[in-house]
Amino acid sequence: MTSNSNGAVPTHGLGPFLQDARLRWVVAIAILAFLVVAPMIFGSYITVILTNALLYVVLCLGLNIVVGYAGLLDLGYAAFFAVGAYTIGVLTIQFGFNFWVAFPFAVLAAVLAGVIIGGPTLRLRSDYLAIVTLGFGEIVRFSARNLEITGRASGISGIQDPSLFGWQIRTQTDYYYVFVVLAIIAVIASFRLANSRLGRAWLYVRHDEDAAEAMGINRVQVKLAAYVIGAIFGAVGGAFFAANLGAISPESFSFEQSVLVLMAVILGGMGKIPGVILGAFIIILGPELLRDLGEFRLLVFAVGLLLIMLFRPSGIWPGRRGA
Amino acid sequence: MSTSGNAVLKLKGIEAGYGRIQALMGIDLEVHEGQIVTLLGANGAGKSTTLKTISGLVRARAGSVEFMGEDITGKNAHQIARSGLVHVPEGRHILRGLSVKENLELGAFTVSDAKLRQTRMQEVFDLFPILGKRQHQDGSLLSGGEQQMLAMGRALMHGPKLLLLDEPSMGLAPKLVLETMRIVKRLNEAGTTILLVEQNARLALRLAHYGYVLESGAIRMKDEAARLQADKSIVQAYLGE
Repeated sequence: MTSNSNGAVPTHGLGPFLQDARLRWVVAIAILAFLVVAPMIFGSYITVILTNALLYVVLCLGLNIVVGYAGLLDLGYAAFFAVGAYTIGVLTIQFGFNFWVAFPFAVLAAVLAGVIIGGPTLRLRSDYLAIVTLGFGEIVRFSARNLEITGRASGISGIQDPSLFGWQIRTQTDYYYVFVVLAIIAVIASFRLANSRLGRAWLYVRHDEDAAEAMGINRVQVKLAAYVIGAIFGAVGGAFFAANLGAISPESFSFEQSVLVLMAVILGGMGKIPGVILGAFIIILGPELLRDLGEFRLLVFAVGLLLIMLFRPSGIWPGRRGA
Repeated sequence: MSTSGNAVLKLKGIEAGYGRIQALMGIDLEVHEGQIVTLLGANGAGKSTTLKTISGLVRARAGSVEFMGEDITGKNAHQIARSGLVHVPEGRHILRGLSVKENLELGAFTVSDAKLRQTRMQEVFDLFPILGKRQHQDGSLLSGGEQQMLAMGRALMHGPKLLLLDEPSMGLAPKLVLETMRIVKRLNEAGTTILLVEQNARLALRLAHYGYVLESGAIRMKDEAARLQADKSIVQAYLGE
């Protein structure tokens, strides 16, 4: 009866292999060691791509809470990403806030955005939910493009690099390490959430919300929590994205962005943290690795994705049946 | 029988419906502590709607529901469940892909005492040994009868003061129907008060203390189960056969 009693239903493939706790630590430390030394081995070009992949890890883990844990569809996740980035942009440029002063406001704005999108949509079933979240994503982007304060279509530029305890985050390598830390925090938070009481409530609501409600789980509250926490992940990613680039424009937060994040989550395996991380890396690194193919690379990449989904419809990462 | 014990559940003039269709036309009903009360009637008489209105899945348009002396009319389903009134709806709602044990754990979600959860799990396994044997299997792969046991076991994990059972024998083989009824009887003997909706009227009356006959959303008759059972005309007119 412990809160994280899983492994009851038989696993297959890589599952039992990676469930060995000691082995899991070895793998985690190896990955961490690789991430630490990567910028020293590879050039700045690859460091930029890896930074982007780590940003995607944060975004994908955030969307995974909504889609994977709570079982809600969200086609407008880029909106939360935009809310974080624009809050930093507007507050630092238009109001002269320091990045760290603006940061809590970015998180707060994400909470509000999560409630705004979550509140009215929670009674909707998946297909309607998809349409409404898609609309929400577009509303945020169009607002950014048309409001004076967000710099209209040209966006906001000149966002200052933040400093942390006297360390000026400036170079690409600095930002790379910032995103390493963010990704690690996102992974730990995801694990803890999955094994928490709230995590179990998500599991039950995802499987059968009527049964969950009948046993005393407040489904509205539980789903709203998923949107809000997912929004916070997105906004934190967006805030550092804005600081990293120094300039943001509405086109960074297009529908395509939402789809890419969702694709990474589904590709890796919804609800499975290692799978989602893998998905994020594939989505970002895939097109880069295929760069030699020139104009065919997106075609090849798309065919590759289709094949993966054909042969592993519940994602690359092995997992529990139906979970 | 209706006067013995305290009224755990009291419905007064309950009206409810779906859209423009009114399904319940003023239901008065009482369930006393320690009883099995059965709600009988033809398809569409409003039996399931009555249970859903009690557990908060359907809103009452008029009237009141009182549970353990407290007015619960208009409360949300999860709040009502937390107060100890557990509805086992038609169709069992076993969670696919989760083990039998995990399905049972859902029932005890609001129970914060880990020891109590363990004790209850053991009690459920004692009552339904097959669930203990299959605790690591996917709950949705159990047979119909076992799934019904799982649904009831899950409700017991919650520690209900009142159990609403909606057609627990539906879709089961005749032998399992009897087995299910025996279990209902045992739950009651162990101290659980039960409001039972059942298609098989003769069987339900055999184990209930008190019965209500529902017709077109209104109570047509109520009496001690033994007397309803004895009255041949009632059985023929309202209960079929």
